[in-house]
Amino acid sequence: MTETDSTPLKRTPLHAAHLQVGARMVPFGGWDMPVQYAGVKAEHEAVRTGAGVFDVSHMGEFRISGPDALRFLQFATPNDVSKLKPGRAHYNWLPNDRGGLVDDIYIYMVAENEYLMVVNASNIDKDWAHLNALSSGYDVKLANESDQWALLAVQGPKAAAMLQPFSDTDLSAKKKNAYFPAHLFGLEVRLARTGYTGEDGFEVFVDAQHAPKLWGELLNAGITPAGLGARDTLRLEAGFPLYGHEFGGDIHPLSSHYTWVVKDKEFYGRAALQQAPTQKLIGLKLDKVPVREGYPVKAGGKVVGRVTSGTTSPTLGHPIAMALVEAASAEAEAFEVEVRGKDHAATRVEVPFYKST
Amino acid sequence: MTNTPTDLKYAASHEWLADDGTVGISDYAQEQLGDVVYVELPEVGREVKAGEAVAVVESVKTASDIYAPASGTIIAVNEELSGNPEKVNESPYKGGWLFQMEVTEEGDLLDAAAYEAQAH
Repeated sequence: MTETDSTPLKRTPLHAAHLQVGARMVPFGGWDMPVQYAGVKAEHEAVRTGAGVFDVSHMGEFRISGPDALRFLQFATPNDVSKLKPGRAHYNWLPNDRGGLVDDIYIYMVAENEYLMVVNASNIDKDWAHLNALSSGYDVKLANESDQWALLAVQGPKAAAMLQPFSDTDLSAKKKNAYFPAHLFGLEVRLARTGYTGEDGFEVFVDAQHAPKLWGELLNAGITPAGLGARDTLRLEAGFPLYGHEFGGDIHPLSSHYTWVVKDKEFYGRAALQQAPTQKLIGLKLDKVPVREGYPVKAGGKVVGRVTSGTTSPTLGHPIAMALVEAASAEAEAFEVEVRGKDHAATRVEVPFYKST
Repeated sequence: MTNTPTDLKYAASHEWLADDGTVGISDYAQEQLGDVVYVELPEVGREVKAGEAVAVVESVKTASDIYAPASGTIIAVNEELSGNPEKVNESPYKGGWLFQMEVTEEGDLLDAAAYEAQAH
């Protein structure tokens, strides 16, 4: 999560609020973001057992509207956008034409002919250019609203119960992937029952100018501030790929367990995705030594791939990793990961590593 | 505020060295690292040079090299860290010590005041 280029870092509307509660800030995707407050393990635990709040305002929001909005999104993405109804959301991709991804995204259907797309912070400019290039010939309007919205993710098994007293909407009636306008602490917000932690929870879209008030109220309500460090350990335990690690412009996304994203329809980049992937994304567990991105993965003494993400799982208490390995070796049970010149035994395990109960 | 005992010497790279050759990392360093989940220690008997990478402390997020603050021989390692690496966070100057050396020559070390001035 460190970067060396010298472009000034962007700040979310909550930058000052993070510093106020003792956040340690790091550069991430061009943004100065909180990596931790009290500590990654404590924040991770709060989200697995109670509720935590993440500032994910760095993510991008594009509004896509007009008579051809659906037809355009059906062309730009492999999941079936026609299955969405107003007030529903789904996970989706923006494939490129060489068998990789421009980004992985979420699409929220706001109304007939109107959709909101949430994209990764570091890909905003690239996605924007890509979508605009693809949209010629479609009667759609694209609006980059990334600076207008703050996005706060309230995640954890107690998220709904802790938010309920402060909302006029019956949150328990809202299913996973619901998207709806609501009031929270008297503020007008859009809520989505979505997240990136493997727990129940809500993502709250709020006008950027009201973000500090919302953040303050959430902390007052007893919700734990959580940083990018915990966000990464939580998503890794839950087996969620992260763009730039498990996904990328030159990584075949069907190497992963997300094969369900691609539906039987025409879309941009389909031909390249129909080439079978030469690699497979697997889960590994180790006894003690944490393994990190880029470490070589071996089977039978020969390098067959590399670690894409790895950490010591706070919930499980042992190191876990995702790795891209040659498809021919992906069924093996026993691997080794090379750590500082020494091979350490790793066992292939099912992804996700952790499922909430 | 972090704690910097005055009876220890410090390397600019955040290791401390005690008079008896015990080595650990400073309170400031453990706080910067965050939750320590794994510590890789050198072999007892290994001869090391001041400034040489001899151990690795891994937090949830990253792996950090630990450099020998002196030249000499490793004579003991803190075996307890293998089961309880969090000791490095909880007690960086006592229970979280990393290894002990027989020192032949110290590297460039700072006293507590000079270390604090450069670390903060």
